[in-house]
Amino acid sequence: MRYSGFKVIKEALTGHKGWTPAWRDPEPQSHYDIVIIGGGGHGLATAHYLAKVYGEKKIAVLEKGWIGGGNVGRNTTIVRSNYLLDGNEPFYEMSLKLWEGLEQDLNYNAMISQRGIMNLIHSDAQRDAFVRRGNAMMLNGADAEYLDLDQIKKEYPFLNFDDARFPIKGGLAQRRGGTVRHDAVAWGYARSADSHGVDIIQNCEVTGFRIENGKCLGVETSRGYIGASKVGCAVAGSSGRLMAKANMRLPIESHVLQAFVSEGLKPVLPGVITFGAGHFYVSQSDKGGLVFGGDLDGYNSYAQRGNLPVVEDVCEGGMAIMPMIGRARLLRMWGGIMDMSMDGSPIIDQTHIDGLYFNGGWCYGGFKATPASGMVFAHLLAKDEPHETATAYRFDRFKTGHMIDEKGMGNQPNLH
Amino acid sequence: MIINHPLLGPRDSAEFVYLGDASLIERPDPAAETALADFVDYAYMRENPAGSLRELWFHEAGDRSWLVVTRNTMTHEISDVQMARDVARKIGCSK
Repeated sequence: MRYSGFKVIKEALTGHKGWTPAWRDPEPQSHYDIVIIGGGGHGLATAHYLAKVYGEKKIAVLEKGWIGGGNVGRNTTIVRSNYLLDGNEPFYEMSLKLWEGLEQDLNYNAMISQRGIMNLIHSDAQRDAFVRRGNAMMLNGADAEYLDLDQIKKEYPFLNFDDARFPIKGGLAQRRGGTVRHDAVAWGYARSADSHGVDIIQNCEVTGFRIENGKCLGVETSRGYIGASKVGCAVAGSSGRLMAKANMRLPIESHVLQAFVSEGLKPVLPGVITFGAGHFYVSQSDKGGLVFGGDLDGYNSYAQRGNLPVVEDVCEGGMAIMPMIGRARLLRMWGGIMDMSMDGSPIIDQTHIDGLYFNGGWCYGGFKATPASGMVFAHLLAKDEPHETATAYRFDRFKTGHMIDEKGMGNQPNLH
Repeated sequence: MIINHPLLGPRDSAEFVYLGDASLIERPDPAAETALADFVDYAYMRENPAGSLRELWFHEAGDRSWLVVTRNTMTHEISDVQMARDVARKIGCSK
């Protein structure tokens, strides 16, 4: 069923009796051409592009809980492509372009709002670094704009300009960045993939891989064995746990990242703002809540909840740039588990096991990458070669020294 | 989280800096034939278990000692804390 304004009016006049479920609830078949483990944003996007762009048939997405119940439902919904390095920027810019056309592609309202993102600058050295980043973005076809202090005062008059310790000197803006309704991304991809024949199988946990003579033949699940010519893993957050079942160690640690939402307020924030002297970012949802977050808790965790020292640190960051945030009451806070890779960049590659493919290591930047991640992972699964924007996301880059370390932190995952 | 320091007693984890998996104590032999592969593995690959993990914490805002903390990554419960120095000497490291 196609959604449209006409359809909404027709259903409103006829008692909403014509709506049907957005996707089927099929029983798993005994064999698929391609099985994708993980019914989150990346897994569902992969299935959508495999079916729609690459014309693959017989695809299944296996999800241990319900679709969209993992990190795609737990993030701060920001999309942007303000990266510096060649290995990253073309990929993230492709992602932003896919976001811009996503709703038409999926026939689904994902509430994509290009309200802009602005990174604050607090020192001369930081200005140099950000201007360089802006130039790198423009070289890769993205938009970037340097804002001087007067422009920022005009656009964001509520910021703390008089802070003696961290004075605001300027900002780097990407006007095409913004926010997206995160759950709708999972639902939109699921609905579209389903309409192209993909089986989305929920409550189906993968308990092991069947691997013989170095080839992956299929997966053992809580709903029985499912054979597959190719298996793609897209379970960021749980990559360590899943790949251990294939006896693989990864250049990844799992860490917890907290996020926060305030009570609903009238519109106060025009776009996404990030603090350049600490780690704090904030936007306002369409419901009015201020959505914000900061650093990782910093220790390995699969617990999906964090501790109070980071809550204090994040709130201090908010108070430092935007003192009015102190008047808002906190409504909710939660934690999500991040695949923190050794260089802060993702891995999308074949494994050493024939027929087993891996997509993970998204650190805390996975949401904005959802469409591009799906596209390039679909490309890899369909053609057995990397997409041109994802050639750097290899497993062996740590061995060969081709790390993609945006922050220059080295192999210390909790600092990326 | 409260880390029960063997010398100082219970301390807030915010006083510590986290390094990661305690297997980092066991640095490979740089003179071995397989040294390159060993160091790639040592520097970049992790077990990353969901459950009990031995990890290194540095008491930066305290006595600046390194600790080996055994902690459950599912519950954040700490079951054991030792001085990293003692752990390292037990496996034959010189320092």
